[in-house]
Amino acid sequence: MIDQIPLSYYLLLSAILFTIGAGGVLIRRNAIIILMCVEMMMNAVNLTFIAFSRYLQSADGQIFVFMIMVVAAVEVAVGLALLVELNRHREAVNIDEFNSLKG
Amino acid sequence: MANFIWLVIALPVLGALFNGILGRRVGYQVVSMVGPAVVLAAFLVGVGAFIDVLNHQGEAIQVHLWTWATIGNFNVPVTLLVDPVSATMVLVVTGIGFLIHVYATDYMVHHDHDHTHPDRDFARFFTFLNIFIASMLILVLGNNYALMFVGWELVGACSYLLIGFWYDRTEDPQRAIEIDGAESVSIPSLLSPAASGMKAFVVNRIGDVGFALGIFLIWSTIGSLEFTTVFEKVHELDHNTISWIALLLFVGAMGKSAQIPLYVWLPDAMAGPTPVSALIHAATMVTAGVYMIVRSHAIYNLAPEVSLFIAFVGAITAFIAGTIALVQVDLKRVLAYSTVSQLGYMFMAVGVGAYSSGMFHLVTHAFFKACLFLGAGSVMHALHDVIDIRRMGGLKDKMPHTYRTFFIAGLALAGIPPMSGFFSKDEIMAKAFEASPILWGIGIVTAGMTAFYTFRAIFIAFHGEPRDHHLYEHAHENRSAVTVPLWILAALATFGGLLGLPAPILNELGIPIPHLLDNWLKPVLEIAHAAEHGEAHHLSFMTEVVLLLTSSVVAIGSVGLAYFFYVVNPEIPKNLARTTRPLFAVLANKYYVDEIYNSIIVQPALNLSKTMAQGVDMVIIDKGIVDGVAKVIGMIGGLLGDLQSGYIRHYALATFIGALLMVGYFFFR
Repeated sequence: MIDQIPLSYYLLLSAILFTIGAGGVLIRRNAIIILMCVEMMMNAVNLTFIAFSRYLQSADGQIFVFMIMVVAAVEVAVGLALLVELNRHREAVNIDEFNSLKG
Repeated sequence: MANFIWLVIALPVLGALFNGILGRRVGYQVVSMVGPAVVLAAFLVGVGAFIDVLNHQGEAIQVHLWTWATIGNFNVPVTLLVDPVSATMVLVVTGIGFLIHVYATDYMVHHDHDHTHPDRDFARFFTFLNIFIASMLILVLGNNYALMFVGWELVGACSYLLIGFWYDRTEDPQRAIEIDGAESVSIPSLLSPAASGMKAFVVNRIGDVGFALGIFLIWSTIGSLEFTTVFEKVHELDHNTISWIALLLFVGAMGKSAQIPLYVWLPDAMAGPTPVSALIHAATMVTAGVYMIVRSHAIYNLAPEVSLFIAFVGAITAFIAGTIALVQVDLKRVLAYSTVSQLGYMFMAVGVGAYSSGMFHLVTHAFFKACLFLGAGSVMHALHDVIDIRRMGGLKDKMPHTYRTFFIAGLALAGIPPMSGFFSKDEIMAKAFEASPILWGIGIVTAGMTAFYTFRAIFIAFHGEPRDHHLYEHAHENRSAVTVPLWILAALATFGGLLGLPAPILNELGIPIPHLLDNWLKPVLEIAHAAEHGEAHHLSFMTEVVLLLTSSVVAIGSVGLAYFFYVVNPEIPKNLARTTRPLFAVLANKYYVDEIYNSIIVQPALNLSKTMAQGVDMVIIDKGIVDGVAKVIGMIGGLLGDLQSGYIRHYALATFIGALLMVGYFFFR
């Protein structure tokens, strides 16, 4: 049954997820939500890899996905730690308040 | 031994390093040992090399040390050339250098009852002196023009450092010369040591530009700077080029050897300590120009017009400087103008192609002029730095050694037979007569003036009644470190003539004594001799004898005249000064040459510099270009800075749009 779902469906779903993620990163101000949106974009990419892996009957795509998941885990750990520190420092999670790097 | 010739340079360098780094710590006694010792060691090596060259029948020995630079086919080897000319110069530089170093160990110490006060910068003085010896040896030993130029500039730098040695002393006003009770002729004050050093340096740079251009021209036309190659190939060049090379090199010699119009720095160089005046500004450095022309005689033989020009520049310099020396009241300045004048004789000699006569006079002049300067220094030391002869008088009993040696060296400078100066000057006069009787005429008048002003100084300073009783009471003879070098130099000034007895006359009289220096230099100057035999006719025996007698009579007569003027009847010079007052004022003010240079060259140059500094540099370069560039960049930065909002969203959007554009490009292309 699952074999009958064509590749284009997966790709479409992945594109929708990616766009939602990207939109979230651009629009939202809450740092935690931005982080979640970044995760979402990454998982959209993962989905594409898996779909092609299945379609091409090759394990390469799955290996990529494992790597990305490891990196994502690391990224979440570091990202959340940064957020906690930022929150302690400025008592805010609003990303717009962290603008002291501008020239 | 000639293979170890690099030691003569290395030893003084070693001494300079020691004195410069440790000198202050080890105390002045150690410095007084090390300073002269390294020069003595260098002298001994020089003697060894000299004997080697003798054994080689004067054949040149080249000692290649290393290659300094190779750029394309431009090659500067550090190779030392030991041949009769350079070996002679090495002996003069290190030999007289050693005596002057010994002298300076006492001169630079101030004795006060039982206490000795060495000069504040005793070690620095010996460091510079040692560096000077090493530099001068590089100049004379280099086998190419590049190395010679290095030495040439180094001695210039040492000269600058040593003239300005007492950099904190100020300008010294000179008392006007009284000629008749109320009437007096004012004379300019003496420049401060620092200003004198700068003057010497700047005037020398003018000459050095010419010298450097000459070297460039040699390189661009011949393609090598090594003496052997240059002299082999120089005759292939066209006549114009050779003349230009000769002329440009001579411009360098004009600066270094104080010839008109660049002689003005030498009298002011007397602001330095007296050993410096003796070593650098009389015996060695200022003769570098003569040495350079002797070394380049292959070029000058092919440029007869330039050579004649040199001879006349030399003769006129000799005359002009001699006239100024007649009325100077500063003992060291009398000697300084006399040095300029004697250098003029040397250029007259090399100008008429008598290279070995030029070298002969160079050597004897080094002996007697070093002795005279050291004598003047001895007087200064005894009189607490007073150098004005109007405050001296009667010193001959107080300072017998100084007086006798000064007198002997004075006889040599005056050209009284049979002192060394007589033979060397007479040889030049004979050669000048061969070339042109006009040169001889200028020379003989100058010779008379030389004898006159030398003995004027001697009679005023050492004879008669003391003019300043306070100074006279305190005057005393100096220690043996001062008097022994004086006596050695006086002996050399007496017997130096044996190097070049007038062979043509003696041989005619049946005394087969050769001209030692001529024979010794012959291997190097052979080309010159060949040219000479080709065209020039030799003087007859009678002419030679008449010339010899004339110069003897003129010299002795002038000494007698000086005696009559300053001992027998001191009113005569005063009356003479009164009757010829305008002329006297012109001479006392050195023809106002310094003032003329000041108004037509120095002040315009200073004004131009000021305009450049305050107008062009401050406004256009600093405010316009430098600050302008900074401002424009700041403005651009400010504009671009607005792009950096600091909101992560904006950056992310920019990244996103960029990614879209890239994908779009690949998609639609």
